[in-house]
Amino acid sequence: MSQHDHDSHDAHGSVSSYVVGFVLSVVLTVIPFWAVMTSAFDRATLFAVIVVTAVVQIFVHLKYFLHLNFTKEGKLDTLSFIFTAIIIVMVVALSIWIIYESVLMMMY
Amino acid sequence: MNLLGKLSWDSIPHDPIVIGTLIVIAIGGAALFGLITKLQKWGWLWREWLTSVDHKRLGIMYIILAFVMLIRGFADAIMMRTQLAVATNGSEGYLPPHHYDQIFTAHGVIMIIFMAMPFMIGLMNIVVPLQIGARDVAFPFLNNLSFWLAVSGAVLVNISLGLGEFAMTGWVAYPPLSGLEFSPGVGVDYYIWALQISGIGTTLTGVNFLVTVIKMRAPGMKLMQMPIFTWTCTWANVLIVASFPILTAALAMLTLDRYLDFHFFTNDLGGNSMMYINLFWAWGHPEVYILVLPAFGIFSEIVSTYTGKRLFGYKSMVYASGAISILGFIVWLHHFFTMGSSASVNAFFGIMTMIIAVPTGVKLFNWLFTMYKGRVRMEPPMLWTIGFIITFSVGGMTGVLLAIPGADYVLHNSLFLIAHFHNTIIGGAVFGYLAGFAFWFPKAMGFHLNPKIGKFSFWCWFIGFFVAFMPLYVLGFLGMTRRLNHTDNPDWNIWLYIAAGGAFIIALGIAAQFVQLILGFIQKDKNLDKTGDPWNGHTLEWSLSSPPQFYNFAKIPHVDDIDTFTDMKEKGTAYKREESYEPIHMPSNTNAGPIMGAIATAFGFAMIWHIWWLAGASFIGLIVAFIMRAYAKDTDYYVQPDEVARIENAHLDNVAKG
Repeated sequence: MSQHDHDSHDAHGSVSSYVVGFVLSVVLTVIPFWAVMTSAFDRATLFAVIVVTAVVQIFVHLKYFLHLNFTKEGKLDTLSFIFTAIIIVMVVALSIWIIYESVLMMMY
Repeated sequence: MNLLGKLSWDSIPHDPIVIGTLIVIAIGGAALFGLITKLQKWGWLWREWLTSVDHKRLGIMYIILAFVMLIRGFADAIMMRTQLAVATNGSEGYLPPHHYDQIFTAHGVIMIIFMAMPFMIGLMNIVVPLQIGARDVAFPFLNNLSFWLAVSGAVLVNISLGLGEFAMTGWVAYPPLSGLEFSPGVGVDYYIWALQISGIGTTLTGVNFLVTVIKMRAPGMKLMQMPIFTWTCTWANVLIVASFPILTAALAMLTLDRYLDFHFFTNDLGGNSMMYINLFWAWGHPEVYILVLPAFGIFSEIVSTYTGKRLFGYKSMVYASGAISILGFIVWLHHFFTMGSSASVNAFFGIMTMIIAVPTGVKLFNWLFTMYKGRVRMEPPMLWTIGFIITFSVGGMTGVLLAIPGADYVLHNSLFLIAHFHNTIIGGAVFGYLAGFAFWFPKAMGFHLNPKIGKFSFWCWFIGFFVAFMPLYVLGFLGMTRRLNHTDNPDWNIWLYIAAGGAFIIALGIAAQFVQLILGFIQKDKNLDKTGDPWNGHTLEWSLSSPPQFYNFAKIPHVDDIDTFTDMKEKGTAYKREESYEPIHMPSNTNAGPIMGAIATAFGFAMIWHIWWLAGASFIGLIVAFIMRAYAKDTDYYVQPDEVARIENAHLDNVAKG
């Protein structure tokens, strides 16, 4: 059918965008490794550094490798991803809360 | 090793009621088999229907499945009500607990999974592609496979009637009761595999229809121009895709507990049965919105069509459905307030539950405002709609009452709850499907049903519903709990008698539906729908012949308005004769769907009875069948322009003759 028009070019990224994504990922991986191996920070800061770089890296992967964006063609993928993420976070987080609180009530 | 697993002659129940039922089914089945053989219709049935990838035919088959299972589920309902009417004052009635417990479990499973879901998916199949101007769904073969997986689950539930037993756990199958320790028989295994196989089919349907509405809308149709029924189905499909995997996972864990000695939900060794309850309802609550949202869409279409007006507040309708979908995902704990999580947890979920009443209220007012100053035609679909507005409002109010955790501690597990959810599911979903059935029947089948019998059926359902379920509210307040086999409290008796009477009034309504159908087929030639637009419809499906051609649209229309067909009629572009046609690309029928469904049934059966060789063989067979289908080359064909022209001109001549 004629409806399968692939908007080719940018949809699957270019060499340079993959390189940017790769370099950013490497940097964001090296930072926490370096922080842990050199014990540069105290424990609390260390955790914060690891979590922040990890979360930033998630977004790097989403943008450069999964090609999520807000262009006209990409919007639908991005929105469905956000929706899925919200549902998963809601179900998982609320489940943990429910079970955690009920376990507390059990007075083990 | 035993080649038949746990299966033996003792697996056949000795209960006279069951044996009687089996004999009736055997006679009926033999009669049907004989009739098809005599008319030499097997080849036709296989080529034209069972292997069909046409969404309209699959929709019709889904609805046939729903009706068959409605009979089964309703028979269970009548048995429960008569048992409870007979078994008062300490009498034991005619159904022993072993049988009675299977009946209430089967009733719930069948009515939700094998009656309401196929009915909803059937209507969606018939209507959604037509409303968006598509020639089929995005993945026609997958659609056929989904149907056969649903049938596979239904077949397993029905086999449990004559071989072994069904679960005795209630339709929720909470562990530890559903664990191996307390349910050592095959009942829970029937439950697991029936739900698992049909649930996978439902997930596939959700994916299929989401892709369809996103990718295959007619040119010009923006998302906010999709007909409202398509929108509500889309929200339902979003919920299916997001929630059914939770059921699949929960059932898989229960399976591991039962088959491989895992301890997800057991009492000991670190298991937590609360987690099953949590996961079950994280699916189960979205599930009831999956059932009711398309029904809301049906009512919206009907109200605007039968008042001859545009739907009031189309956008707010779409957003309200979206709000219901998202809120519907964060209220599930209200099914187990009494589990004993903390007060803040209960408060959060209680408030979320009450908030859902707001978007639902928006919808109710939209329907009322659509009717306001319109010329309301009191045809059967409209009667169902008005009946729904009244019934569902009552159900919604008792729901808000139950949403208060404090009140729920008193009413939990009582007949008040039973009355509440029948109030919303019958008054909401089932009335909606029956309205949609009456509304789209001429479109799907090409002839009209007798509206007098339709109205009679409605009144039986409507009155029967109130007679059957209002007493249950009273019984709930009087302290009667659900799933009782017999009672010994004189105060309850009168209400139990009335409720049983109500069930028989509903039975009359169901019978009227079937009479209407049979009479419709007999008088078919007198009541043909020649124009394809019997109700002066608003949306694209009414622009086609009844039943629509197998390719739906000879030429895909361009869409500029929500009420596309009204727009076309006003501009005078409806029923236009085309100069020439393009070849139409269509998917071919395939026997892969029914074959894979049959193998899945064999796999489920083998797993239930621990027939390991068959389970292994059928599992491999399933994969092989799928790979063979994936590499099949002859999966499509073209309809040539001259054939299209011939079919279209014949229809337009019919329209011109009126």
